[in-house]
Amino acid sequence: MRFRVLAAGLTAGFLTLAAPAAEAFCGFYVGKADTSLFNEASQVVLVRDGERTVITMSNDYKGELTDFALVVPVPVVLQREQIHVGERKYVERLDAYSAPRLVEYFDEDPCAPPVARLEGAMPMASAPAGAPRDAVRRKSLGVTVEAEYTIGEYDIVLLSAKESSGLETWLRESGYKIPPRAAKALEPYIKQDMKFFVAKVNLKEHESQGFNYLRPLQMAYESKKFMLPIRLGMANAKGPQDLVIYAMTRQGRVESSNYRTVKIPSDMDIPVFVKNEFKQFYPALFEKAHVREEKRALFTEYVWDMGWCDPCAADPLSPQELRALGVFWLDEGNPTMGGGSQVVLTRLHARYDGEHFPEDLVFQVTSDRRNFQARYVLRHAFKGELSCEAGKQYLKALDKRHQQEAETLEKLTGWELGTITKKMGDDAPGKKAAGGKSPEPWYRRLWR
Amino acid sequence: MTLAAALPRDPRYLQIAFLSSFLVAGVGWLGFDVPVWQPPLIILTACVTQWAMTRLFRAPPVGYLSPLITSLGLSLLLRTDAFWVGPFAAAVAISSKFVLRVRGKHLFNPTNLGLVVAMLLTAHAWCSPSQWGHGGALLGWFAAFGLAVAHRSFRSDVSLAFLGAWVLLKAARIFYLGAPWASLQHQLSAGGLILFTFFMISDPKTTPDHRVGRVLYAVSVAGLAFFMLHGLWWQNALLWALCLVSPLTPLIDRVLPSGRFQWPGGGAPERNDACVSVSSQPA
Repeated sequence: MRFRVLAAGLTAGFLTLAAPAAEAFCGFYVGKADTSLFNEASQVVLVRDGERTVITMSNDYKGELTDFALVVPVPVVLQREQIHVGERKYVERLDAYSAPRLVEYFDEDPCAPPVARLEGAMPMASAPAGAPRDAVRRKSLGVTVEAEYTIGEYDIVLLSAKESSGLETWLRESGYKIPPRAAKALEPYIKQDMKFFVAKVNLKEHESQGFNYLRPLQMAYESKKFMLPIRLGMANAKGPQDLVIYAMTRQGRVESSNYRTVKIPSDMDIPVFVKNEFKQFYPALFEKAHVREEKRALFTEYVWDMGWCDPCAADPLSPQELRALGVFWLDEGNPTMGGGSQVVLTRLHARYDGEHFPEDLVFQVTSDRRNFQARYVLRHAFKGELSCEAGKQYLKALDKRHQQEAETLEKLTGWELGTITKKMGDDAPGKKAAGGKSPEPWYRRLWR
Repeated sequence: MTLAAALPRDPRYLQIAFLSSFLVAGVGWLGFDVPVWQPPLIILTACVTQWAMTRLFRAPPVGYLSPLITSLGLSLLLRTDAFWVGPFAAAVAISSKFVLRVRGKHLFNPTNLGLVVAMLLTAHAWCSPSQWGHGGALLGWFAAFGLAVAHRSFRSDVSLAFLGAWVLLKAARIFYLGAPWASLQHQLSAGGLILFTFFMISDPKTTPDHRVGRVLYAVSVAGLAFFMLHGLWWQNALLWALCLVSPLTPLIDRVLPSGRFQWPGGGAPERNDACVSVSSQPA
């Protein structure tokens, strides 16, 4: 009975779903042509220990909910208990915790005896990152519906297929308007005996949940394969897509084993005006690094052994938050102890396209537990009266420092040096003199 | 005078030049996660171990070219977050040449064994095979093949047999899956593969004496590694496969006997009947 209701609902859904596909994540999003879908950055949380894997897929789908559909290759047929609809706030929390950040320091008065230094760490928001109609027909196409569930606001179908063209036909006949190159993209997954996780929004359920956005889908499974199927999403992508991966393991840092994984440039002094332009600064820096690495690398933005908090860039996630994100081993030792020390978080950022990423991302867990964070340092100059000798020395050094900061920023972002120094205002190199006045022109002393 | 004549007779000098250039490029420009003090520490440990083991086993001194190559290979491939792991791997690698011997030949390629033991026994070692970048890898293949062509004795049938089998298997898989051909090129751009092909599996001291045996050996390594990588999803499959196939060398040597390899000018011969040169093996 339930199946029939579900099938009727799906058929109705498919009628509206018959629309061209748009941007994608690990799979396709399927939507209407006139719906502006903007999928700037997908976020995936990968929790892995041995072969046990929990994956959380958070998307920023902004189109009509009736048009939403997601196709993701998965290594095994998932039981109902293996699928869960998570909370978006935990992924946002993880994002804020691990995001590239600015750190501020304030110079001391060089003319005064040393006093306690004021420091402030300012985490910045992350940069824009980033039912079958007929059983007979289905059989003739070689498509098997392995399972169907309604979980939270999603209607989920798990499919296996024998041939990519059959699957493509099935999806098309079922109302999914999938991109033209889909069969080609689907084929390698079918040959690797992967299943297809197809999700769309159950509007009734969605309304009853009372959310105005889509919550992340979570899956828990065991598989030798530690990978993300990014190739499928490229079938209909118009340009490069950003993907932020939060990998959490017990052992150590995660890196790609089939793509170069490099650390994003970090720990550099940059001009203080960047504080107001961080949203331009970080994407520019990322783009520059991306191009320098031939557009073929993954960037490590953050690695932290969450048991260590000396120092901590931000409050580490609580055991409850970690559990909600899929960290399943926390209560194995001592349930009262959070077990933060058993989690190493790696934040990886990829900008991929079909040309430069010809195969799916494969990962390996390393034994590396060294912390790393993308941080950029703003040093505020001392603004008071500087009449003493030490003050003059300070100004000289300050000028040199500002020059260096401007050059660093130019190197990191590719911005014009002229524009940078203009934006630096009073901090611009060459503008400093004792007491903060403009320097004496060189010729004034010539004929004095 | 041809280019080949101008090159040193012992190909190990060229290997050292190649490996050290790439180590410098890796640490200096390619962002290898290797602290600058690590390679010297590894080299020092390898040389000290070689000296100590030569004395301990009363072996004829054979110089320090081989330990240097082993050290450079380890420096390029081993990643660790603990300072002692590099020297540990170097000590294991060099000691194995003296301890694990069958019929006057050491069993394992020292670099390979050093890496495998470090990864198995310590919780601080891993390998990052894809760290060279496309440009770096292209240059690597170019240089490795260039040296192979310029220096006849640099060429190794093991390298070519392995590479042929590996590329064939990879290409067959791509064809079967219907995956884009660009992924073949992408898979060949792993720097670790270049090092493995030209500096590890080709090690004339640990490969079978007979050419047929060597080809068999190379193809088995490629096949086993392919199964481990794509069947079992093991990372660093090449290293595990070589380590597992290496103990078969004495068996292959028994079935297919031939002359024993000797480095030119590399110290006292290990066996009186050992003369060189099975065809394209370094002579």
